[in-house]
Amino acid sequence: MNAKEIVNEIKRGEKTAAGFLFECKNKIEKKEEEINAFISLDLERSIEKAKEIDKKIKEGKDVGKLAGLPIAVKDSITTSNFKTTCGSKMLEGYHPPYDSTVVSKIKEEDGIVIGKANCDEFCMGSSTETSYFGSTRNPVDEERVPGGSSGGSAASVKYGANPLALGSDTGGSVRCPASFCGVYGLKPTYGQVSRYGLIAYASSLDQIGPIANSIEGISLLFNVISGSNDMDSTKVEEERGGSQIELSLNDLNIGIPKEFYGEGVDEEVEEKVKENLDQLRDKGAKLKEISIPSMEYALSAYYIVAMSEASSNLARFDGIRYGFKQKMNDNWEKVFSQVRKTGFGEEVRRRIMLGTYALSTGYYEKYYEKALKVRTLLKRDFEKAFKEVDFIITPTMPFRAFEIDEKIEDPLSLYMADILTVPVNMAGLPSLSVPCETNGLPIGLQIIGDSFEEDRIIELARKIKEE
Amino acid sequence: MDIVIGLEVHIQLQTNTKLFCGCSTNYRDSKPNKHTCPICLGLPGSLPKLNQKALEYGIKAGLALDCNIADSMQFHRKNYFYPDLPKGFQISQYDSPLATEGTVELSNGKKIEIRRIHLEEDPGRLEHPAGKKQSYVDYNRSGVPLLEIVTEPDMSSPQEARDFLRKIREIMEYLKIFDGGLEGSLRCDANISIEGGGRAEVKNISSYKGAEKALNYEITRQKNLMRRGKEVKRETRHFNEEQGITKPSREKEEEHDYRYFPEPDLPRVTISKEKIKEIEESLPELPDEKRDRFQKEYGLSQDQAESLTTSLFLADFYEEIACQIDPELTATWVADTLKGELSYRGINLKESNIEKEDLLFILRYLKEDEITEKGAIKVMRSTLDENKKPEKIIEEENLRSISLDEISEIAKRVIKENPEAIEDYRQGKEKAVNYLVGQVMKETNGRADPGETNKLIQKQLEEID
Amino acid sequence: MGFISDKEITEEDVKHIANLAKIDLDEVEIKKFKKQFNDILDYFNKIDEAETEGVEPTYHGLNLKNVTREDEVKDELSQKEALENANESEDGFFKSPRVKE
Ligand SMILES: [Mg+2]
Ligand SMILES: [Zn+2]
Repeated sequence: MNAKEIVNEIKRGEKTAAGFLFECKNKIEKKEEEINAFISLDLERSIEKAKEIDKKIKEGKDVGKLAGLPIAVKDSITTSNFKTTCGSKMLEGYHPPYDSTVVSKIKEEDGIVIGKANCDEFCMGSSTETSYFGSTRNPVDEERVPGGSSGGSAASVKYGANPLALGSDTGGSVRCPASFCGVYGLKPTYGQVSRYGLIAYASSLDQIGPIANSIEGISLLFNVISGSNDMDSTKVEEERGGSQIELSLNDLNIGIPKEFYGEGVDEEVEEKVKENLDQLRDKGAKLKEISIPSMEYALSAYYIVAMSEASSNLARFDGIRYGFKQKMNDNWEKVFSQVRKTGFGEEVRRRIMLGTYALSTGYYEKYYEKALKVRTLLKRDFEKAFKEVDFIITPTMPFRAFEIDEKIEDPLSLYMADILTVPVNMAGLPSLSVPCETNGLPIGLQIIGDSFEEDRIIELARKIKEE
Repeated sequence: MDIVIGLEVHIQLQTNTKLFCGCSTNYRDSKPNKHTCPICLGLPGSLPKLNQKALEYGIKAGLALDCNIADSMQFHRKNYFYPDLPKGFQISQYDSPLATEGTVELSNGKKIEIRRIHLEEDPGRLEHPAGKKQSYVDYNRSGVPLLEIVTEPDMSSPQEARDFLRKIREIMEYLKIFDGGLEGSLRCDANISIEGGGRAEVKNISSYKGAEKALNYEITRQKNLMRRGKEVKRETRHFNEEQGITKPSREKEEEHDYRYFPEPDLPRVTISKEKIKEIEESLPELPDEKRDRFQKEYGLSQDQAESLTTSLFLADFYEEIACQIDPELTATWVADTLKGELSYRGINLKESNIEKEDLLFILRYLKEDEITEKGAIKVMRSTLDENKKPEKIIEEENLRSISLDEISEIAKRVIKENPEAIEDYRQGKEKAVNYLVGQVMKETNGRADPGETNKLIQKQLEEID
Repeated sequence: MGFISDKEITEEDVKHIANLAKIDLDEVEIKKFKKQFNDILDYFNKIDEAETEGVEPTYHGLNLKNVTREDEVKDELSQKEALENANESEDGFFKSPRVKE
């Protein structure tokens, strides 16, 4: 059953929110120990909330769009008075005094945050192996990674702890785990969802997005979190209608960018995506080969931008106001350096230092500014493409979920895994990963749309899934 | 030897809220860490949002200093670590500031060029209690809007630097965007070099007097080095206000790599020509204009006009009284008498008990000979010290002037009661008259006009002859 | 030019970057990071080849302008909330490692 159907049943009184929560609790009790999808769980309070919602419904009171739905929230998103660690020792024991905008919106609509999902430390990774709280396992194959950095969110949805989850996506962190775990994951247009309360990795690329086991679930959660907000200066203010879009495949041109296929992409993955493309063509869509020429620089440029911004965003962690505690008996510079050595994991330190380098005097132009020029090129390439086609379809990840420990010792090879997702963040575009392999290890298909066309992307995904 | 001085002045803007969050800027009257939020504490996940008013104040300041206002500006992050800096970077402006190329005219007529003006956030406040192992941080000040004004190295003496700061203070106060009376509301760094030597950057200057003191110290230090044939190094130094000296800063030069980059959380700000025009038209009369007008309109001397326009509050105080009564008389009483009394008490006009109506009342009585000058001063002092209304003081202390007839009666009595004084007078001792006048004054509680009394007594003494 | 040598990242460079980033490193880490940085930057240097003559950098994720707020006080934390997560606090202050003035 998808999230929309569950809410409707709860609202109609055919199912109780508490009852559904107990079902989820059972699955958590059965699977969580092996999967480790959560850093923290809030089951007691969640059950209380579910009961309150049931009571409201019984009394005939109005309830919100997410009435009684348990939702896992990535631990990079703040929840007031509830532990938020971003997968790092640096934030062990941190209880933020405020809710992120997306969590406020979920609560306003009577959604229930049942726990904080595991993720790569400060969202830096594609496998959820860099989390200080242990790696998450892929529910489809426990020897494999769930993808990252929102690995806990995708895994929790996959094993049934909750029908919906929130992730955050800087270079593919929603879509990658969605692809590896065989669920849906949407990275909205930059500026569509408020980032207020999202612990920043790379400010100009970060975006919060929904993960769900159904298209309906994606649509439902996306509409709730993308409303207006006055705390984020980089968010568009238009309210979303959430209206149903009419889409006729016969009128559609679908772009197949040649740089996203071929070398580096696993043959089976490519085959599977192409199978789906063929079906779309059979249903009337026109396929068109296109080109994103600056693609070859996308990965380098992406990592330079992300690391540079991260080096600055993560400068606030000095051990004074919150987080990891250390004795403060030495002079401040020594204490800060010790706190940051001990509180940050290796990958985080590596990225902070590389970013520091890329912004430093004499290197700013060579790295940061140059990377942002490449970003302009990427944006132009996509703008040009969307003059010719309505959507672009590619594999989400170049391969299926890899084994735990397979890549963690070789940072560069891990970075390469993001090759097909990062161009979308660089261009600020929306994209959705759709599971397209029903047997065995999942494969994800990525639909990229033009800015603010999430509703149309969701509609196309529906068409793909229609038998 | 030529002295070259340039200043970087930071002034706090008097907005209600901080530059990027809704916290109150009123940190001086409150307990530590009472005006903070996720944004100004730099909590993970928080984002800045620009205060519209701070931007407007910045434009005002730029226009008042004859700057070009940018049609588009950008905030940058200035990355460095310090315990008072909650995000590990300061949101400031770099290569796209709010305003550029302005001027300020000093009292001596010299023009100082302004290189740029930009907005940035104040860090928190550190305390270092004696005997404690740690420092203490209060983030109430964190995020208070600062306007940084950078000059060209156009000043050639510490006096000029001080005068520049005074001018800036006056202008900003006239714009009602700044309160120089608040501790730490103006801080500056100074670059100073003497021909042939390296440039020292002196940090941590937090007052007008401090600036002059620090620069005088630096000139002596640099000259002494040169006299001894030693090299004056290019370096950063810290000013210690209590000791009045500068000391080399411990920071190493290569650590100053601020890695500026455009703040990705704050979009560009464009400023339309219409907006600039609107603000320009709303600019109040500035100190120099007011000074000229006071001289022309009220016939004041340059010194008086200068003295009466040092603050907008004082100038308004003066002008409102001057409009209702003799402007020249008012000028003397405000610029000389009242300011003297205030400085004796170490307070400023705003803090004092005296209101416009009080001084107007006193001057009216004085003009109509209802009180003597001496009485007027007495009333003024009591108003200042006891916070009583002049009317009441005159009544309670019986200060109303008395008629010549009454004085004459008292004088007669006094002369009668002091035969030895008459004797002295006869022997030519002029002092005797003074003594008798003094007695009359005493009897009348100072209400008698001393000149008139003197005349009366002389006359009466002669009559006795 | 920067403080860092032009060709290859040296151990000195790594130390300098670590100091700017305020991250303490031991000798083993310095060696390890030196190698990794050179490998990674070698790959990143690919962007040198991109033809960007006359191309403006895209600094922001979205081309918005003039997002401001009214100058109205709101949403302050209480002193207790502000200090809740502090490492150490006393008399309403956060404590920090000693700063010598
Ligand atoms: Mg400054
Ligand atoms: Zn605040």
